[in-house]
Amino acid sequence: MLIHEFQAKKILKELGLLVPDGQVAETIEEAKNIAQELGFPVVLKAQILAGGRGKAGGIKTAKSAEEVGLQAASLLNARLVTLQTGPQGKLVKKILVEKYQEIKREFYFGLSVDRKNERLVALVSRQGGVEIEEQSRSQPELIKQEIFFPETGLYSFQRRNLAYFLDLPAEVIRIFMDYMEKLGSFFLSHDLKLLEINPLFLTETDQLVAGDIKMDFDDSGLAKHPELSPLEDLSELSLEEIRARKFKLNYLKMRGRIGCLVNGAGLAMATMDIIQYFGGQPANFLDIGGGVTEEAVSQAFEILLSDREVTSALVNIFGGIVRCDLVARGMVASARRISLQKPVVVRLEGTNVDEGKKILEESGLPFYFLSDFEAAARKAVELSQVKLKE
Amino acid sequence: MSILLYEHSRILVQGITGQQGSFHTEKMLAYGTKIVAGVTPGKGGQRHLGVPIFNTVEQAVRAEQPDISVIFVPPLAAAEAIMEASHAGLKLVVCITEGIPVLDMLKVKNFLKERGTLLIGPNTPGIISPGKSKVGIMPAHIHQPGPVGIISRSGTLTYEAVYQLTNLGLGQSTAVGIGGDPIVGLKFTELLEMFKNDDQTQAVLLIGEIGGTAEEETAEYLKSSYYPKPVAAYVAGLTAPPGKRLGHAGAIIEGQQGTAAEKLKALKIAGVETIENPARLGKAIQKLLMGKN
Repeated sequence: MLIHEFQAKKILKELGLLVPDGQVAETIEEAKNIAQELGFPVVLKAQILAGGRGKAGGIKTAKSAEEVGLQAASLLNARLVTLQTGPQGKLVKKILVEKYQEIKREFYFGLSVDRKNERLVALVSRQGGVEIEEQSRSQPELIKQEIFFPETGLYSFQRRNLAYFLDLPAEVIRIFMDYMEKLGSFFLSHDLKLLEINPLFLTETDQLVAGDIKMDFDDSGLAKHPELSPLEDLSELSLEEIRARKFKLNYLKMRGRIGCLVNGAGLAMATMDIIQYFGGQPANFLDIGGGVTEEAVSQAFEILLSDREVTSALVNIFGGIVRCDLVARGMVASARRISLQKPVVVRLEGTNVDEGKKILEESGLPFYFLSDFEAAARKAVELSQVKLKE
Repeated sequence: MSILLYEHSRILVQGITGQQGSFHTEKMLAYGTKIVAGVTPGKGGQRHLGVPIFNTVEQAVRAEQPDISVIFVPPLAAAEAIMEASHAGLKLVVCITEGIPVLDMLKVKNFLKERGTLLIGPNTPGIISPGKSKVGIMPAHIHQPGPVGIISRSGTLTYEAVYQLTNLGLGQSTAVGIGGDPIVGLKFTELLEMFKNDDQTQAVLLIGEIGGTAEEETAEYLKSSYYPKPVAAYVAGLTAPPGKRLGHAGAIIEGQQGTAAEKLKALKIAGVETIENPARLGKAIQKLLMGKN
């Protein structure tokens, strides 16, 4: 779970660490008022759950109330397209208005899970505010890392190694040591996957202030930390995605025309792949999961078919824990509800397959049965290319 | 002869009285798996599905000497369950549970390393050596004994692969799900090494997916070890968008890393028969086996 910059900054403040003075605005008026209170110049930062905002024009400075008005107007309720958002971008509903920082230097500090080597890494760079992956290739000499484990956390000698590497003023060394200890403990106690402070400012008055923060929590760890759940922002999800979540369906909207309903993440990906292999484009990823109910299948089927861009659908179920008859019942229920017009190719295998087929056949609805995976995919692609009569 | 799991393997089920544990214990017993003990704290002394229950793994080990433990406990208790099995001296643990926090798994991995316990999973369908034994949740009837070893990061897609093979008359020596989580126990390379030394296995099918670097490491291993048996591979998620998690916690393209295209490319360079059409998993193996004879 990724959280917004303003939320992460609030957490930092609660840990006793410094962030620039600022507040979140949802309207131009609010932005102006906050800026007046802070004093000029101010920085306006679009709050979306994706990086690359700076380069994409999502961060602006303003020296007067008029400028704040203009800049806020250009950011709020516009779609911001960054390298990480995809071509459709993300709608900006909030901006963070902060006091501009006079700085001497800027660094990078990050904590993350090194999945490949199965350990944790603390990373600093002498030069922050840039893309760290890129920097690690072009200027590795600016970067230092320390490896650590969740059982022990960052040892103080490791924190010292990192602090001295940055050539900090003597009195700031201790502050940064404390900084790393607090963030390291928070990372471990709250099951984070990634915590990045980039840039980390050293101000004119020798204070360490977090310029920007990225915090990504491990979804599997959230059950341990109910206090974090209010931080989840679902507003960037589509209505279909929100509906799917309610029924514990793994759904992701894509841009193609062929809706997919599959059990299991791997088979769902393979189903998307085979559609593309035969010249079609999947409209979504959908894994209905193992413990699915009839009602959830019915919701899933409806989500697929009510997508306007979808012209055909492919249902691919390999029944193990999931029973084919349950899936069939769910499909028939929603097909009746929405009076199904679009062609649906169905491939069922495994547990209770005959019963499932019978239910679908007796429904009298336009299902195409194909037991071969390849033939089913080809058919779904073919049908998607036939224009629907409205 | 198959790997990891044999006819005589003695199995312990942790979480045997839970809903999932009960359901799958029954199926495993029906397949002929030798389940010798179950553990549910507080229910020691009872029997469940005819299997004696113990309060702790240590007690179960002392009484019944199991070789393998299979875990069906909820995600926030599963990390401890793995460590308990390892602590009690089990040499192989299969963890079916999905959704164990990553930091917990890092601790588990260190714990197991010190004690020499092998782990399969978490978030795995388990292991099956067809005709001998199954430890997990896969539908048994689609399998048949034979020459193909399978190592897979996914569940239902493995069933699909097995189904295709069986339909072509190609049986399986052992099929292992390594799990869909970011941090798992044994990976492709360790299992390939086991299949290398298994006389029943004549070809290996790898089923990877987006995310992480396990497939790239496998390519390196195959190249540097001059792997002697033919290997085919499919990597799911060619159509996956970056930055989005596709079902499995481990299936996410992060930055430039983890795309299916890159993985397939690395495997192809390493001499693997790469498969782009997932309806041809069985056919690819058939081709390799025919080329061999």
